Formats: sequence, structure tokens, C-alpha cells
Amino acid sequence: MKAPPFGYVKARELGQVFDLLDQHGDEAKILAGGQSLIPSLNLRLSRPTLLIDINAIADLQGIRETAETIVVGALATHVALEKSPIISRYVPLVAAAMPHIAHPAIRNRGTIGGSLAFADPAAELPACATALEATFILRGRSAERRVKAAGFFHGLFETDLRPGEILAAIEFPKATASHRFAFSELARRHGDYAMIGLAAASPQPGTLRLAYFGVADRPVAADRAAACLVKDGAAGIEAACACLAEDLEPSGDLNAGPQTKLHLAGVLLQRALPSLLTSA
Amino acid sequence: MEQHDINVIVNGQKLRRRVSARQHLIDFLRNELSLTGSHLGCEHGVCGACTIQVNGTAVRGCLMLAVQADGASVDTIEGLSDSGAIADLQDAFHKHNALQCGFCTPGMLATAAELVEQHPNADREEIRAHISGNYCRCTGYHAIVDAIATVLDARRKAAGGSGA
Amino acid sequence: MSSAPPVSFFDRPNSYIGRTVPRPNAKKLLQGRGTYVDDITLPRMTHVVFVRSPHAHAKIIGIDRAAAQEMPGVIAIVTGPELAKVITPWVGVLTHMKGLKSAPQHALAIDRACWQGEAVAAVVAETRAEAEDAAEMVVVEWEELPAVVDMEAALDASTPVIHPELGDNLAFRRELVTGEVDAAFAAADHVFEEVYHTGRHTGVCLEPRAVLADYQPAEGKLVAYQATQAPHMIQNLLAKHLNLTESDVRVICKDVGGSFGIKVHIYPDEMATAALSVLLRRPVKFIADRLESFVTDIHARDHRIKGRIAVNTDGEILAFEIDDRTAIGPYSVYPRTSAVEANQVVNLVGGPYKHKAYRASTEVVFQNKNVTCQYRAVGHPVACAVTEGLVDLAARKLGIDPAEIRRRNLIPDDAYPYTGLAGLPYESLSHHASLDKLLALMDYDGLRAEQAELRKCGVYRGIGLASFIEVTNPSSAFYGIGGARISSQDGCTIRLDPTGTIICATGVTEQGQGTEAIIAQIAATAVGVTMEKVRVITGDTDATPYGGGTWASRGAGIGGEAALQAGKALRQNILAVAAAMLQAAPETLDIRNGTVVDADTGNERLPLEEIGRVVYFRPDTLPKGLQPEFVVTRHYVQKDYPFVFTNGIQGSYLEVDTETGFVTLLKHWCVEDCGTIINPQLVDEQIRGGVVQGLGGALFEHCIYDDRGQLVNGSMIDYLVPMAGEMPDIIVGHVVSPTASSELGAKGAGEAGTAGAPAAVMNAINDALRPLNVSLTAQPFTPESILLALGKVQAGRK
Repeated sequence: MKAPPFGYVKARELGQVFDLLDQHGDEAKILAGGQSLIPSLNLRLSRPTLLIDINAIADLQGIRETAETIVVGALATHVALEKSPIISRYVPLVAAAMPHIAHPAIRNRGTIGGSLAFADPAAELPACATALEATFILRGRSAERRVKAAGFFHGLFETDLRPGEILAAIEFPKATASHRFAFSELARRHGDYAMIGLAAASPQPGTLRLAYFGVADRPVAADRAAACLVKDGAAGIEAACACLAEDLEPSGDLNAGPQTKLHLAGVLLQRALPSLLTSA
Repeated sequence: MEQHDINVIVNGQKLRRRVSARQHLIDFLRNELSLTGSHLGCEHGVCGACTIQVNGTAVRGCLMLAVQADGASVDTIEGLSDSGAIADLQDAFHKHNALQCGFCTPGMLATAAELVEQHPNADREEIRAHISGNYCRCTGYHAIVDAIATVLDARRKAAGGSGA
Repeated sequence: MSSAPPVSFFDRPNSYIGRTVPRPNAKKLLQGRGTYVDDITLPRMTHVVFVRSPHAHAKIIGIDRAAAQEMPGVIAIVTGPELAKVITPWVGVLTHMKGLKSAPQHALAIDRACWQGEAVAAVVAETRAEAEDAAEMVVVEWEELPAVVDMEAALDASTPVIHPELGDNLAFRRELVTGEVDAAFAAADHVFEEVYHTGRHTGVCLEPRAVLADYQPAEGKLVAYQATQAPHMIQNLLAKHLNLTESDVRVICKDVGGSFGIKVHIYPDEMATAALSVLLRRPVKFIADRLESFVTDIHARDHRIKGRIAVNTDGEILAFEIDDRTAIGPYSVYPRTSAVEANQVVNLVGGPYKHKAYRASTEVVFQNKNVTCQYRAVGHPVACAVTEGLVDLAARKLGIDPAEIRRRNLIPDDAYPYTGLAGLPYESLSHHASLDKLLALMDYDGLRAEQAELRKCGVYRGIGLASFIEVTNPSSAFYGIGGARISSQDGCTIRLDPTGTIICATGVTEQGQGTEAIIAQIAATAVGVTMEKVRVITGDTDATPYGGGTWASRGAGIGGEAALQAGKALRQNILAVAAAMLQAAPETLDIRNGTVVDADTGNERLPLEEIGRVVYFRPDTLPKGLQPEFVVTRHYVQKDYPFVFTNGIQGSYLEVDTETGFVTLLKHWCVEDCGTIINPQLVDEQIRGGVVQGLGGALFEHCIYDDRGQLVNGSMIDYLVPMAGEMPDIIVGHVVSPTASSELGAKGAGEAGTAGAPAAVMNAINDALRPLNVSLTAQPFTPESILLALGKVQAGRK
């Protein structure tokens, strides 16, 4: 199928993007890597009147290190994250997730900002951002908002982005020596969206965030289960698995019903446990 | 229909063309430039038959608009063949019969080309993972893995002499 | 195995038979320089897009195209009744499938749609995108009708009848009883039974279905560039239904991006495209997009089979019994019909074994889903799964090793000729030699030891075997006797050109499997030239001898024999001329590598170029009365058997993660016997590709419909075809029992891989899970189905 007709503007700077968003409102869509948007256009599932191509905007590029954080521009591609020594050192969870995201040719163009703003609940990066309690930097014409991951994902393909705003960057806390993490997913085929996946991070002993993806309309933090493990360590695993039903309340899809997902959530947690709790 | 002028280098040749905003890069290459070696298998980014090189990296041509190629350098199977850049891969695919109907082959070669450049030490499992976004219904993949492994081996030997 | 004569024609110098030779026509494909239908552009070409039914069953109340007609680029919008003035409907029945019935099917639905995806209007525009824009503006008013979706309920009195004029939803029924079945079951020490399901699949050729129809009104000629396996069949049916003279229709089939049986049927879309070209008097192109491929390419293999096996305690198999039910959509597909798959299941169950009693019944029913028809290895994977599932079930219950129970029951290699229980003759099979070779290739005992060792560590690995028989080289018993004009014979026209080049035109077609390469190998061998001197022409009804094309693994066996005989005849004609030129007796001469030589010494006497020069340009120097004939045609039809059966066996080694239900394929083996091997590499690759299609069916592929008859996974994202990451290395071995029905001795190899792979995987999964007392019988075996079987999750709470 061919995409329906639309207009296209290659924006040169953010001000132009805000002007266009003001003019076109919901009818305009931001084009970053395009790896989710263009399929939806080709399938005629999406019918914007205007695509605003932001790929040329310098403000949205790059991976930067600050004292406490790593700031990743929205246009950083998956492959850039995959190959970045900064990411593998300071945001190793994201580095671990990368090979699971689709396939090399998709990762060459797909961007972190696009993936997060698209908010597919079965995608890897929203869960990583949730587990790491990343901060989303949202830019509007006159203001910048900082939103924690937990508040960013509102539902299926829905986010906290307001009309006229775009996702400019994502800020991850820098991993320290005590940082533990685990990433795993179960997909029928390599690179497919996962039946279920787990992104987990423990920045320091006594903290743990378990973010599941592919279970609900957004990434879900299993806080009760995490609390069991924080409290009792490995001995808390049974209690933690028992809490998952309440934490996740998974919905089914073509590949797995809710019960299967819940069962697999427990398996993933058990398998993640050694990476999360033992010292390196 | 909204039209845009683009300047693009295709297989080394500078071109100026007017394209419709909604046209994806493969339709542009096939319909406007008659470069029919890039194939459309699904148009939703899954099958990999349309994989080509843009600015030297493998991309899904159906997931990029022609207008986005403004200022870019695009290499299709025709160009990669004529330049000799993937001659060793093509020879190995031929020797191993790593193609049957040939519809996936241009995309498979573009993907394999990136693999042999970037992962010179890839083993069979890594080869399989790398090409796992390129669908082939005919071969069962074994011969494709054989062909790519042969090229990696030959390139390692050529680069390192001892084959270490 | 039959023994070859001491010096066969194929042992000669210059023989390419049995040699791996790279396919000459692969080079263009490697450079992206093939010509698939969508690569062809004609002047004044238009594009058609079809408006399709969103409902499984619905009446068309009205079609409003006023707004669509005004859209840019639109040339015509045509409805079913309008198109029916140009093209007649068809009915997919064959007279030898007794009782098979179906309803007339139109190129565009007339007054109702019978499945989700049936085309009800055609939009022709200057570009595909414009046609899609306009198609969205066509407003169809529907009245939804109750849909028949559950095959088990299709014959219930309370279920609506899809075609009331047919009386019921039963398309076809067949029953077969051989031997004393009841007595065998009564006398057996044990009877085991099980219900098997095979999932609805589709072929997913990477090149979608494609046609470019070019009606040339001045001459009343229609040229159809079509991605097809059977150009002459298409020619015949286009002519018949468009009321054209057959010779005024030319079907050209250049490169085809995969077929697997998908592109051997008559589809309404392609027929409508041709009709539109006639109507509009200009070229019309139709390229199915991926979404419409999923809802209109034929599906297959949607079976439920109750199976029983009667065995003695020592493992002797006494009888098989099956009760098969399959649903085929609302129409039997034209012209091969949708009953053939079920018929094959009946013919093939129990095929490799020497029991004496067999009862089978099958019921083929209509439903409101996409049509099903013949897809690679028609019926074989279904029959094999039931047979081999039951054999393993018996082995498991009796405590006999799966290899051993097969050894005790496979038809002995010295028992041929042998008549199978479905009444079909087996000429020469090699089950035991194949089993022995497979076990050696696998290191079966070593794998068993490894399996036992790993089981102690909580690792569940399984080994699965699956023997099979395979239908190849069909005679006219398949279709011709049923009234279909599908040729079982094929021809080859071969000629020597002045430069010593051999041009070979054949009726069998190239779909990537290597037809052109093996025809070239045979022609080169038969005439006595090098491969470089041979050109092969396929896929053009104006340029090739009339033939059946490529299906049922007939390309090498049928087309190859025609090429062999044509080449040998040309060789004799060349030698006659050479003998006259050299004043020698023809029998003292030979042709090797393009040169006439003394047969005894190999001394070179005369290159073919020189003979060509003299014959074509200086015939005045030849003796009076010598009329060289450098164009020869020979035909071949296999008449000795309904089909020439082949056989083989597969082995699967895999690991089941009992916590996640995921299956990891570790390695796969296939040993098969396709008779004379023309090109070992091409045979291996046919096997491997076929195996992976079978593995896809076993683990991934499934057309899933909801209870309203909507296909819910009709995209490449959701219909899971096997990708490289999950597929294992595949080791292929061969046993060679040439068929005596041809001089070449080649049988087919296209179905073998697909035939046995699902059964081997099923048996391996069940072998892995044996310590847990769990077995699965419904394909595809998904992580969830394995977890359900293991009791890790409960059913009914989806």
C-alpha cells in the first residue's frame, strides 16, 4: 500500500517546528527516524496533513555527559546508542536493550526520541526509561518541562506531550559502581516486538525498579515485586512473583494470554535476579 | 499533490528530481529512475527486500521518503554491483546458491555488506542474528550463512595473512 | 535400489549430471537485474486496485463511486456485473473427484462477498497511489450475513448454507477402506489414538502475486506478463473466460519471486486485471500488496484429523485409521480444486509402512474464510504429522525406541514394486537405507547419550524422526483425467546455432529452484557441449513447447527427460552431418565439449562452430540429399505410474525451555531419495528451503481468524515466517534410486523438506517433554501452547 497524500517540511530549527505545530495542530506529525511512523503511513493507518521532519535540527542531536547524568538528544539513533562508549559505561541497561530492538537497518535510522514519543507499550526503550527513572525533556515554544518516565507514558501510543511540544532529550542518571541492571525479553523471533520483557535497574543497594513491557498499554513498574526483593533479597523471589499479578494485571495479545504473560513475567524476574542482586 | 525538488546522488551520479512528498525512496528509485533492483516485499518495514545503502549505511528504503534523501548519497544493488564493492559477496552467494528466486537478494546483500564491514569476526550465530530482519522464503538461510561466513573468512585472511 | 548400467550416458566425459554447477541465471538476480512483473513498464500502462469486502459474508446493497470517479488520475471504476460482460465465471471441480461441488466464482463479486478480502470493485488509475486514494472513496453499502467460520459446525443443520443451490456446505467427501481394518484393530494388542491439528498457512512469496495484462485491440491479442508456475494453463483459461482464441493469448513469465504453489492457481484478481485490459483497451498492472496477499493468496493445511493406530506389543503396526476434516473457504479453487489436499492426505497416511489395513475418511467443507488450495507439499505435512505422530505415540507407549519401531515397520527396500494401501504403486523406495543414513548422519546414539546426560541437569532436549513418501512426476491422473486442461506432458525444443550454441526452449518454468540450470546441464550433457554454450528459454507460451510448467515436483523429472531426449536426438543429427563431412561412420564419432571427436581416442576432429558454419552458410559443400535438422523437439509424459513416489526421512534435534515454552531448534537433518541427482547443490537447497517452510508451519506460521471470520494477523508483523535467527543448520543426505520410467531417472525433490519437517519437530518436542508426560499435537507449537500442555498456565483464561 502507498501512503495517503501529505505535506512535508524539513525544519531547520526548533522555532520553525513550533510555528508549524501551532499552525497545523493535531494534523501535523513529527518525523524523526520514521521507522514506526512511515509504516503506519504506508498502511494508511495514519493520515497527517503535514510531516515535520526534524532530522536536521542540531539542538536535538548528540549524546552528552554531565556530572550526574547522560543527556541523549532525541535524534540519537539506536545504532549511535549501541556503539556509544558513554552509553555502555553509564547507561548499560540501554546498551543491553539495543540488540533486541528490531534489526540493524531499522536501528540505523530509528531514534530514541521517536521510539519514546511513539510510546509503543511493547517497545524496549520506554521500559528502560521507566526502570532508570529517566527524565524526559519536553520543549515548547516558550518553556521546557522535565517529566519523569513514570509520568510520561499515559497509555497506548499516548504520552504527556502537549500540543505544541516535542521531546527534545532524555536524561539518564549515570550508573555508578554499585549499579546493577538486567534486561531480557521473550520474542517469538529475534527482533520482533516482545511477548513480554523486563528492564530492571538497581542504582544502588536498596533500590530496585522493575519495568515490564508488552504487558499493558504502557511500561509497567512492578513496585510491589521490587519491594519484596529489596526487603528479602533472593529469598523474596516467591513473594515477588506472587505480587506480579497485582503489579502487572497483564492484557493478552496474539502470542500470549494474560496468564501466560504473568507466568513469563515471573520467569524473567527469576532469571534476572542474579544480575540484580549479586555483586559484580 | 505536494512536490519537492531534491538533489540526490544515486550510485555516484548527481541527480535533481521533483518528487511527491508521500513517495517512499524505493518507489522513487524504481519508478522514477528505473532502478528496479530494489524490491518491495511488504512496504511495512518487515521483510527487508528493500534494504539499500544511504550515506553508506543499510536502511529500509520503504521506511524513508524520497524527499528525505535530499542531499544524501544512495547506493542500490545496481551501483554496488557496478562498483565491485560487493563482488566477493555476490560470488560467494553464487557459489553457495545462496539465492533461489532472487527477490530478497539485493536487500540481503546490502545487509550482508554492512555486516562484513562492521563485524569482521562474526560467527554463524552472529551472522544469523544480523540478517534476521531479511526474509528469505526459498533458501532456508543455511546457504546464505555459508556464503557470508566464507566472505568473512576470506577477508580476514586477506587482512591478517595468518587468518588469526 | 536399482543398479545403474555399468556405463550410463551420464558417466560420459562432458557429463554435467550429478555435478554442482552454479546456476547461470543467478548472476542477474545477484545484481538486481532480473525482470519481475513489477519491473515491467508499458506505454499507457494503468494500475488497478481492488475494493475488498471487510466482511466475511455480506450482501452488496449498493456501490457508490461518484466521489471516487472524480479523484485525480482515475480512469475507470468497474463493478462485478459490469466486468461479467467481458469475463465468464468458473467452477473449481474435477470429474474424477467424485461428488466434488462448488459454486460459480466471478472475477469480481456480483451481489455478495463470501470472505473478508473478496474483491467487489476495481479502481483503475494512472498510478497505484491514485488508485488507492480513489478506492478509499468508493462507498459500498453492505448487509452483513451470518458467516460460517467453524469447520466442525459447517455441516450442522443450524449452520447457514453458503451456497444454497448446493444444498449443504459439504464440498467433497472421500472414504477409503483397504484390508480387514476392523479385524486388525480387534486383533491388535494395543490401539492408540490421538487428534491432530495442522494450522492454516499461506505461502508468503516475497514477490506478491503480479500480472501486467496488455490487450492489443487492433489484433485482438492479449499479452499477460504474469508471475506464474503454469503459463500454458493461464493461457488456456484466459482465452476460455475472456472468449479469445487461445493462440491470441500470450503468457510471458520472466523472473518469479517465489511460488511454492501459490502462483499456480486462478485468482479473481489476475483474471479481473486481464478483463479490465480488454475493457479499457490498454495495459493494466496489478501487484498485490502484502495485506491483500494475506487475505487473497490461497491458504492451506487447515485440518483436524482423528487418528488411530493398531499395534502389537512388539511394535508391529497392523493398521491405521483417520478421520479428517478440512475447510476450504467459500469456493473450490479453479482449476485444480481445493479437494486435492484432503485427497492427498488420504493417499499418504501410513505410506512408508508395511501394514495391511487402512481406513480413511475425509470431509471437505465450505466456510466464509479465504480459499485454501495446493501449497508446497500438498497434504504431505498433514499426512506425515498424523502418521509419524501415531508411530511415535505407539513407540512411547510400548517403550520402543523411535528409530527401532520404524526399522521394524518400514517397507523393506527389497519389496518393490509395491502397492501402497491407497492403491498407488511404489516403484522403488529406500526407507531403510535412508533411515540408516540418517541415523549415521545424526550420530543418533551420540545424541541420545547427550540428551540423557543433559536431562540430568534439567535440560529438556528432544530427538524427532519422520519418514515420508512424496508424490512427484505426476501423470495425467492428477488433473488431465478430471477434465482440467493442465498438461502432464512437457516438451523441449533444442537447436544448434551457427556458432555452436545450443538454444533450449522448455515448457517447465523457473521459480528460482534452478530449472534453467538443470535443463542446461542435461542439454549440455546430451548434446556434448559445455554449459557456457547453452541458453535456456522458459516462460513464454509463444516461444516454448506446450507444457504443464512447474508443480508437484515435475520440473526435473518431466521437463528434464524431454530435454534429454531432445538433446540426444540433436546430437544424432549433428553426428550424421559430421560423419558426412568427415567421411566417417557416425557411430565412430562423439561430441565432447563442443567438438566432434573420434569416439575411441577422443581425438578432436571438428568443432561445432565449423559444422554450423557449413550447414548454415555453405550447405552447397555438403552431399546432395543430406538435409541437416538442427532443430529438434521431443516430448515426455510419465505414463508408468499415477505419480512416481520418492521417499525420505528427517531428524530434528531441539531444546524446550520448560519455563518459557520456547523451542530452540539445534539442528535438522534430511535424507531423501529423488532418484538421479542432476545438481546436488540445487537438490540440497530445495530440501533446505522446504525444511524451513515446514519448520515455519510447526512453530510459527498460522492464519488466525476470529469468530466473525476476520483474519487477525494478516501482516508480516503478525504472521510469523521463519527468519534466520531461529532456524538451524540443516544437513542433507541422499540415497539414489533412479526411476525406470524415464532414461534420466530423476524424481522430484521440491516437497520432501516441507513434507517431513513439522512431524519431526512435533516428535522431537514430545520426546523432550516425555519425562513430564506431556505431548502436543496441534500445530503450530507456540510457547503458550507448550506452557498450557505443561500446566504452567491454565486454559480458558485468555
